[in-house]
Amino acid sequence: MLQDKDRIFKNLYGLHSWRLKAARARGAWDGTKEMIERGHEAIIEEVKASGLRGRGGAGFPTGLKWSFMPKQSDGRPNYLVINADESEPGTCKDRDIMRHDPQLLIEGALLAGFAMRAHTAYIYIRGEFIAEREILQAAIDEAYDAKLIGQNNVNGWDFELYLHHGAGAYICGEETALLESLEGKKGMPRLKPPFPANVGLYGAPTTVNNVETIAVVPDILRRGATWFASLGRPNNTGTKIFCISGHVNRPCNVEEEMGVELRVLIDHYAGGVRGGWDNLLAVIPGGSSVPCITASECEELPMDFDSLKALKTGLGTAGVIVMDKSTDIIRAISRLSYFYKHESCGQCTPCREGTGWMWRVLERMARGQAEKAEIDMLLSVSYQVEGHTICALGDAAAWPVQGLIRHFRHVIEERIDAQAARPIAPSVPVAAE
Amino acid sequence: MPKLIIDGKEHDMPDGITLIQACELAGIEIPRFCYHERLSIAGNCRMCLVEVAGMPKPVASCAMGVNDLLPARDGTPPTIVTDSETVKKAREGVLEFLLINHPLDCPICDQGGECDLQDQTMAYGFDAGRFQDNKRAVEEKYLGPLIDTFMTRCIHCTRCIRFMTEVAGVEELGAIGRGEDMEITTYLEHGMFSNLSGNVVDLCPVGALTSKPYAFVARPWELTKTPSIDVMDALGSAIRVDARGKEVLRILPRINDAVNEEWISDKTRHVWDGLRTQRLDRPYVRRNGKLVPASWDEAFAAVATRLAGLDGARFAAIAGALAAAEEMFALKLLAEQLGSANIDCRQDGAKLDPALGRATYLFNSTIEGIDQADAFLLVGTNPRHEAPVLNARILKRTRHAQGKLPVGLIGAEADLTYAYDYLGAGTETLAKIADGSHPFIEQLGGSERPMLILGQAALARPDGAGVLALAAKAAMQIGALNASLGWNGFNVLHTAAARVAGLDLGFVPGQGGRDVETILDGASAGEIEIVYLLGADEIGMDRLGDAFVIYQGSHGDEGAHRADVILPGGAYTEKSGTYLNTEGRAQLTARAVFPPGEAREDWKIVRALSGVLGKPLPFDSLQALRAEMYARHPQFALIDQIEPADSAAIEHLAKTPAKVGKERFGHAIKDFYLSNPIARASSIMANLSAMHAGLDRKATGTDG
Repeated sequence: MLQDKDRIFKNLYGLHSWRLKAARARGAWDGTKEMIERGHEAIIEEVKASGLRGRGGAGFPTGLKWSFMPKQSDGRPNYLVINADESEPGTCKDRDIMRHDPQLLIEGALLAGFAMRAHTAYIYIRGEFIAEREILQAAIDEAYDAKLIGQNNVNGWDFELYLHHGAGAYICGEETALLESLEGKKGMPRLKPPFPANVGLYGAPTTVNNVETIAVVPDILRRGATWFASLGRPNNTGTKIFCISGHVNRPCNVEEEMGVELRVLIDHYAGGVRGGWDNLLAVIPGGSSVPCITASECEELPMDFDSLKALKTGLGTAGVIVMDKSTDIIRAISRLSYFYKHESCGQCTPCREGTGWMWRVLERMARGQAEKAEIDMLLSVSYQVEGHTICALGDAAAWPVQGLIRHFRHVIEERIDAQAARPIAPSVPVAAE
Repeated sequence: MPKLIIDGKEHDMPDGITLIQACELAGIEIPRFCYHERLSIAGNCRMCLVEVAGMPKPVASCAMGVNDLLPARDGTPPTIVTDSETVKKAREGVLEFLLINHPLDCPICDQGGECDLQDQTMAYGFDAGRFQDNKRAVEEKYLGPLIDTFMTRCIHCTRCIRFMTEVAGVEELGAIGRGEDMEITTYLEHGMFSNLSGNVVDLCPVGALTSKPYAFVARPWELTKTPSIDVMDALGSAIRVDARGKEVLRILPRINDAVNEEWISDKTRHVWDGLRTQRLDRPYVRRNGKLVPASWDEAFAAVATRLAGLDGARFAAIAGALAAAEEMFALKLLAEQLGSANIDCRQDGAKLDPALGRATYLFNSTIEGIDQADAFLLVGTNPRHEAPVLNARILKRTRHAQGKLPVGLIGAEADLTYAYDYLGAGTETLAKIADGSHPFIEQLGGSERPMLILGQAALARPDGAGVLALAAKAAMQIGALNASLGWNGFNVLHTAAARVAGLDLGFVPGQGGRDVETILDGASAGEIEIVYLLGADEIGMDRLGDAFVIYQGSHGDEGAHRADVILPGGAYTEKSGTYLNTEGRAQLTARAVFPPGEAREDWKIVRALSGVLGKPLPFDSLQALRAEMYARHPQFALIDQIEPADSAAIEHLAKTPAKVGKERFGHAIKDFYLSNPIARASSIMANLSAMHAGLDRKATGTDG
């Protein structure tokens, strides 16, 4: 259990003001100038030592990512882009950071920008986040007015921070699609290589980081990498905001140590599963993209990257979606499939065609109108999508389906049997959509 | 030189290529839909996936460069596998995905038999589909009179979008919607206005974009395919003429990197319906003011009667824009035998003169040379209309230079698809360039290979000779003649396919002879009694006065209407003819079909007439004619090659005084789609012309 003294997000619930003055009282912007004086490399080394891994879902070591940025400019500027296009179903951590503790993000942006020698940073905020954008913009303005950022600021690193409002497309949370969108083009992922650290925004070296990743940087530097690394477990250090939603009594966001047990999150913070722990059916532990796990796997499960990977799922964004036994699990996964079908950008073949196919089969399976052989076919289609696409949306669309079949094949089979056993109503031909 | 191991064999690869090219060099075919050598890389079809050792996922070989791969730790070169089970599965998977929403209407699809999707499904696909739900249906789009759409068949490779944007230079096509609802369309479904739009039909790997005029006409295996050369402009683009029986059914481009790469203009592609209509399929003789059908003997007799005892100075011959070298050569010899020096191949009155040297009328840098040019000065030309494919090449060059090349235009302003500096309208600006006082000269500063492209609008005018000399001075001034690099940047862009051959043959007035202008004056004044028009339709027919007009050609156009005797000849698809393109490259057309009815190959008509006149020309076969022609003009024997011209002619020309007027340069071509007799007979060209004139708008119900 995380002790209060180790919390980074002290205003996660918005109980206090988000204004600059209040944020400074909570410790933001304390000693920023001194941290910058340590130098670019020292900051990157400190972040590396802290073991911070990207909080956007993939969990790539942040310090390592920063070290890919060129140390010597070839005439092109370096850019920092902060991904605030938080659209993963079941996830709402960045939103609370931006509306309740925006100064942590702004301070982190300055420090991260300094570490990677970027004088300019963009925050790409999700289209639907209207109020968050207003608050964040006001917070940025406050920081400018206080000369914390901007040209000739008190911290000694010229830094411009722009807030860009997206138009509400899930795919724009993919880093290269985000860059395309930021450049004013259609939000479609780019081919890699070249990677953004070589050719990113406007063709210049760019690093894209998640909001939470950036927002924890100031505290890591203030309190030291050892402190951060002492939390959590090896290779899965620090604190993390978990978002618990679904069939729990009190859905909530909570900052906890990495590796906190899932049952603690659900029982202690979220008020328990609706109808008691025994009523638990399944949990999607990391936002809609990762495969679900069954209730039996949820006992004594440490919530971190490696433990969940061992269960063939992932920590993702740590958006925990709890489903009790009233859930129609096929229908639930089918709804997620519809989401991916709807959000596929349509650029590459497997995702464009495969997401629609998987959704249509799942829709029929939810009604029981399928053949049992189609279960294996659906699984093979999901493998045909996974790993064959330009970006990770194809993988994200395939994994929930794989999780469903892995754990709930018997449910699908039972539904098909039940449908087959029903007195025959002549099948009505369905018109083309 | 990066080393690669492809399927177990080690290869040395050139720098900067992609894996798909490397595999091709190694002799391994990689299936693909979206990848095209001449377009940017999209990497979206995922058909070209290969395995790369050390990478967790299969890699799109079109998007991965050989230089992006690093050798393994132990020093073994990057290893690529294209024949593994994973790759096979990936290809089957992609094809299955492509086919789930593809209508599989191959029996009624025009692409059937030449469809990438069909072929690759046969080669790499699975034998059955597993998709059981309803397929997607997409509404058809309106893309103008040339392109038919069956958008349900679209596999979203985006080749058409990339072609229009990158090669044609207009952002007319784009994709709307996302995911499986993505659709290719023009903005608000207006027709495509680019004159290169037909190429998207060739690029489309499936039957989503097909040719509207060719819709449901034939299957590819029914067609006889004849490689030939286009004559719609002076580029001599490589084409393939597809015919069934006696009809040409379509024209497609062939690859010729030196000329047209693999693009052709819409006029080249779709002019074929003009080859069937308005044809002169038998001789005619005018009797009592009316043209009546006649036999060849009667027609020749009518000519012979009129010519008997005529003074050669009262005979004149004009060659048109589509004439092949063979018939011009024969007609020139015939005129010599008749004692006439009044011959001219410059029916538009361009003041080009072979006596000034060959370099003064050729596109000396060559079309391929555009790729090396580092500055352009366009004078009195609109290459987008006069040679659309050449214009695309200039666009390609400027795109590669990211818009940093200086491009200047003197003449009529036009949208050329690339940015240029508009310098002025006519001779005064050109004179400023020539004397070095124009600020554009400074922009050219470090250019080593500047190109001056001189159009016919600057030459086909009374002071054309002066403009030519002035342009030569300007070329010297901008450093277009760079001897150390072997660069000759003085270029004349012709509009007539026959022109360079005519000039090389010396089909111009001889000693004391008349040119087109004075022939017409002479005819009006009665000094010229007989005018022989070899496919010449674009002269002022009303100025022919009472002259007896012999028209030899393929189409009933202006010339045939005025004629007293019509001798029906063959069009360019119906004869083997030599054409020299604007670079001076000799190329041969081939006979795809026979001339209709009693029409004959043109050189035979001239030869037969010479016999009737009792002055037989010294050849009885095409071979004999060519042997004679090659003996006198060896450059015609160098098929597909260019005999470079001596640039000293330009230096010499630049030293001659240039007397020019103040008239601004106009347009060489008034209507791109109606510029020659074949195009004027084509209803497709008429539709396109109307669309560009804004006449194709549908009736709204309130306009009667």
